[in-house]
Amino acid sequence: MQPVGVTLTTMMDWQGQKLAEHLMQLMLVCFAVVAFIAGYVLGSFQTMFLIYTAGVVLTSLVTVPNWPFFNRHPLKWLDPSEAEKHPKPQPANSGPKKKASKK
Amino acid sequence: MHSFLYRANALLTFSITILALMCAMASVSDNFNSPSPTSEVQVLNINWFQKKPDGDDEVSLTLNISANLQSLFTWNTKQVFVFLAAEYKTPKNALNQVSLWDGIIPSKEHAKFGIHITNKYRFIDQGSNLRGKDFNLTLHWHVMPKTGKMFADKIVMSGYRLPKAYR
Repeated sequence: MQPVGVTLTTMMDWQGQKLAEHLMQLMLVCFAVVAFIAGYVLGSFQTMFLIYTAGVVLTSLVTVPNWPFFNRHPLKWLDPSEAEKHPKPQPANSGPKKKASKK
Repeated sequence: MHSFLYRANALLTFSITILALMCAMASVSDNFNSPSPTSEVQVLNINWFQKKPDGDDEVSLTLNISANLQSLFTWNTKQVFVFLAAEYKTPKNALNQVSLWDGIIPSKEHAKFGIHITNKYRFIDQGSNLRGKDFNLTLHWHVMPKTGKMFADKIVMSGYRLPKAYR
């Protein structure tokens, strides 16, 4: 496990980014619904505003920083030494050309 | 969602869009309130009634104003502005409105009141038509919401007839 300082500066993986976006939208909408209902029932506009503000702060704390939580599916790059051991990846120089031609 | 600032930007714009939507819904919810305000005004005394040196009539009244405007307040109401107007017709103007008293009601607790005052603003006619004149007393109000549309209404109350002579 990497130290926290390092993990927070590294980026999210693909699934982490998707999760962060969905989580942000879901949390904000849920807090808005709860805040509106609470404000309407209690007859207090201020209550609505405070609940929603708290929700926005909480959502930003959860979804904005690069938490290790969002980096559970890191891309597995091939180790350079692995590549040297096997001759087959060697023609990878021509690989991109083949792919380009396929497209 | 690839970086810290991108996510912060997305969160800010989305949260403010939702906040605007909530404010719009709060404004719409005001339409479900059907207020039933009541008010009563009595003219207790004519303090004096005279013609000013420039020829316009002026009268000073003692009024007893009581009203219950609590039903105007909803969760989206910031304050209510209320004023009492004397309304009458003269040959020159189809409708004269003279404001006699006004007030700002900051909260529902203050919306039920009874006060005993002389007119706060001078009751001066545009001319010399007030002797023996019938006028209506009308309580107007403007509801100022926290978000959304401001709306106004009024209650027209039984009037009063001024004396035929200056005093």
